[in-house]
Amino acid sequence: MENLVQIAVANVNLQAIMPSLVLCCFGMVLLLVSVFIERGRTAPVAWLSIIGLVVAGIVSVSGWNNPQAGFAGSVVLDNFATFFNITCLIAAGLTILMSDSYLHREGYPVAEYYPLILFTTAGAMWMASGTDLMTIFLGLEVLSVSLYVLAGFFRDQLRSNEAGLKYFFLGAFSTGFMLYGVALLYGISGTTKVAGIAEAIRVMPDAASNPMVIAGALLLSIGFLFKIGAAPFHMWTPDVYQGAPTPITAFMSAGPKAAAFAAFMRVTYISLDSLQVNMSAVFWILAVLTMTIGNFIAISQRDVKRMLAFSSISHAGYALVGMVAWNQIGFSAILFYMLVYTFMNIGAFAVLVLVGKQGEENLTLDGLSGFGYKRPFLGIAMTIFLFSLMGLPPTAGFTGKFFIFAGALEAGYVWLAIIGVLNSAVSLYYYLRVMVYMYFRDPVEDYSWVKMEMATVVSILIAIAGVLYLGIVPGPVMELAKLSVF
Amino acid sequence: MADNLLSLMTFFPLLGMLLVLFIPRENGALLKSTTLVVTLITFVLSLPLAFDDVFTVSGGMHYREFHEWINIGNYFQMNYNLGVDGISLWLIMLTTFIMPIAVLSTWNAVDKNIKGFMALLLLLETGMLGAFVSLDLFLFYIFWELMLIPMYFLIGIWGGKNRIYAAVKFFIYTAVGSLLMLVAIIFVYYYAVQSGAPMSGFGIQEFYRLGIPHSAQYWLFLAFGFSFAIKVPMFPLHTWLPDAHTEAPTAGSVILAAVLLKMGTYGYIRFAMPLFPQALPDFMPLLATLATIGIIYGALVAMMQDDVKKLVAYSSVSHLGFVMLGVFALNLQGMAGGMIQMINHGISTGALFLIVGFIYERRHTRLISEFGGLAGKMPIFATIFLIITFSSIGLPGTNGFVGEFLALMGAFESELRWYAVVATSGVIFAAVYMLWMFQRVMFGKLTNPANENLKDLSAREIVIMLPLLLFVFWIGVYPNTFFEKMNPAIEQLLNQVQIKQVAVVEPLDPAVMAKIVEFK
Repeated sequence: MENLVQIAVANVNLQAIMPSLVLCCFGMVLLLVSVFIERGRTAPVAWLSIIGLVVAGIVSVSGWNNPQAGFAGSVVLDNFATFFNITCLIAAGLTILMSDSYLHREGYPVAEYYPLILFTTAGAMWMASGTDLMTIFLGLEVLSVSLYVLAGFFRDQLRSNEAGLKYFFLGAFSTGFMLYGVALLYGISGTTKVAGIAEAIRVMPDAASNPMVIAGALLLSIGFLFKIGAAPFHMWTPDVYQGAPTPITAFMSAGPKAAAFAAFMRVTYISLDSLQVNMSAVFWILAVLTMTIGNFIAISQRDVKRMLAFSSISHAGYALVGMVAWNQIGFSAILFYMLVYTFMNIGAFAVLVLVGKQGEENLTLDGLSGFGYKRPFLGIAMTIFLFSLMGLPPTAGFTGKFFIFAGALEAGYVWLAIIGVLNSAVSLYYYLRVMVYMYFRDPVEDYSWVKMEMATVVSILIAIAGVLYLGIVPGPVMELAKLSVF
Repeated sequence: MADNLLSLMTFFPLLGMLLVLFIPRENGALLKSTTLVVTLITFVLSLPLAFDDVFTVSGGMHYREFHEWINIGNYFQMNYNLGVDGISLWLIMLTTFIMPIAVLSTWNAVDKNIKGFMALLLLLETGMLGAFVSLDLFLFYIFWELMLIPMYFLIGIWGGKNRIYAAVKFFIYTAVGSLLMLVAIIFVYYYAVQSGAPMSGFGIQEFYRLGIPHSAQYWLFLAFGFSFAIKVPMFPLHTWLPDAHTEAPTAGSVILAAVLLKMGTYGYIRFAMPLFPQALPDFMPLLATLATIGIIYGALVAMMQDDVKKLVAYSSVSHLGFVMLGVFALNLQGMAGGMIQMINHGISTGALFLIVGFIYERRHTRLISEFGGLAGKMPIFATIFLIITFSSIGLPGTNGFVGEFLALMGAFESELRWYAVVATSGVIFAAVYMLWMFQRVMFGKLTNPANENLKDLSAREIVIMLPLLLFVFWIGVYPNTFFEKMNPAIEQLLNQVQIKQVAVVEPLDPAVMAKIVEFK
């Protein structure tokens, strides 16, 4: 008995989950703290959560070049996990910065909001560092459950309720698919360890034509593809993104998506490596579908938040191009792109947070008429984010797409790269239209309700700095991304 | 200082832009004069290039600057790689020369949001200069796209009635082309990597020496050529140009005509032709046909315009056709004629847009039918307008003659002989549409009472026009100043294109070939 305990403790290695542990502790303590703070005061909780994020970041960096495996090899804090951890932490940090004034404006100054974001981030980190399908599933559930609550956070608003419920039902459904896939893979390999499954598939003589392997791989992928928002599993995105509180939309589009990509990449690259040809072919189709559907539907949107939701589908498609390439450049380009996307998309949403009136009115294109003149700083910020989303130099969106398409070309997928850039060309139209309204039309309103909330402005400034830095000097970070892939 | 002259010149306008951003928006005069001073200093900074005799003896790259910029292990290397040769020299000079003129033209014309206008002009100048001095394809692409953004806002914010349509069309046309070029750029890079050729990042001089297989050159030329053909613009892809020109504010039209269109022709000369010379014969008939159609079509459509600015815009399509025809002749006369015609077009069409701006500021209309008999009221204006008209037509003694004559002669002596014969009729059409327009606007009786009180050109306006007139005659009478500096570079380029066309490229490792050429 004593022996068993010792073995269990020896295999634990808490350092492997330390970053998420820190976040969970902070989250739980903050839930307690918020009881003792008078109702309606949320600022201290917000600041404490940011401290939590910073601590988690520091702890996470300790795993760089110093991989820590724990819990009998079911989690690992390696470079790959660290890179994604930092991305998710940045996403969470920017979100929290822009949330406080927003919650007050919308009339929901509820402190539980922040611990929920911390729990989501902790779940995201488990996904990024999971090397066992069960750990990944655990992370996915922690992340999802917190997000369901956050999406429906404005409990008196029909739209927010709809977002929460829709996300919950469809999310639960897709989780079912994923678990089915896990079960099938367990059936053929007898393990849920990512590396073990890889071994089992490798020694199978006819893995690529074994229906159980194929079905397992595809069903498992569906779970991830749902979270990424890739077509044809993207149906939930527009309604959920539009209905959820704006900072949560921003967060959802960056942090959890990055985490889903992390787990997806680890599983496909390690476990399904022998199926590369087949999986690449599937991803090829999905990438093209995702980019094209996202872009073409975004064209007809007049609500900017909804437009950004569709555009986020298409960005998932660009990132999938890196998966198709299945080479080191492609994978590290995804890491890089997720970080870039975090900065540019959250930045754009942060501007929308300030533009919106109470009740999220005024987020249509018409509501932005002449906005650039009335609020020059926000106008320029939005312009930078939009150019980055388009993928124009000298912004990070350009370097991100450049690396992605370079990966595809290196692997010989010329047509995929061409379809990708043509999709970018389509996206020019709807991003430009926002600028057309902001600058080329005369102001109809005076935008007196737009208050330059300090914390939100700080998050916008950080996002601008990130977008320009990664656009002009992409070298160092891309180098880190390269060191992060397997 | 000579060590980083190009950087200094390229980024000085960007510094000026930051300065402009700190000037209060109410102080319009200060904003304009600061911008003017910045562009003048940039011009002075570029002057040593024009007076440097090294270009007369050597056709290679000078004023080189090389720094490692992005280096990601064994993935990518992009360098900050600059240089000037006789081909880019005069385009750089044209850019720095036309910018102060463009700024001066805004003095009374722009009164809305002056700060933004000036900041964008300076950003645009950095983009244009950067594109001309870049020797690294990646760097070039960044400057190339950077030019788009300010121009989009210049048209969209300060343009005419239909400005939104024109701005979006301009942006999307140009961006679609350049995105395909981006794919081609990356493709060339991987080809170089996988063939193991010596390379330094995306440096074009190393890429020139690659023996890319003919089949791949075909597609790569198509991608590059498509992008540049939109920018030139060549015949079926030209439709963005009349819209953009007509709606843009005067300064925007001047820069668009003088410099941005040259990006397309420069792109052919610097990138598409020397990088993929074996594909050139495949596309030659098509390109020459399109250039010739452009010459005739542009001229005929210009003839039918009732708006002066639209007329000048269509005349650009026609003029750029001559440039392309000369360049594709692939001999010294044609190439030199095409090059000098690029400068000429910048000067004379730039001047024409300024002239249109002058009368538009006075009368707020550009319709030919609104005018008539202005010569009596505005004698100085009439004289200058006439000289510029002659220059645009290509009258001997003016710059236009030298360029068109050489370009056509070059084409005639090459295999494009019959294209040249047809294209020559474009010169006659040019005389028709320009002189007819001039006659309707300037001569005859002054019938429209609104024109009774028109004032002649002010001192500022004359100062704007004088340098342009100087070069109209300088190039017209003694073009050697310009030829002697561009000829060595042109000869070197022609050698390169021709040697590589005939040289048999040794077959590559089949494994590399399979990976590169096979389109999945």
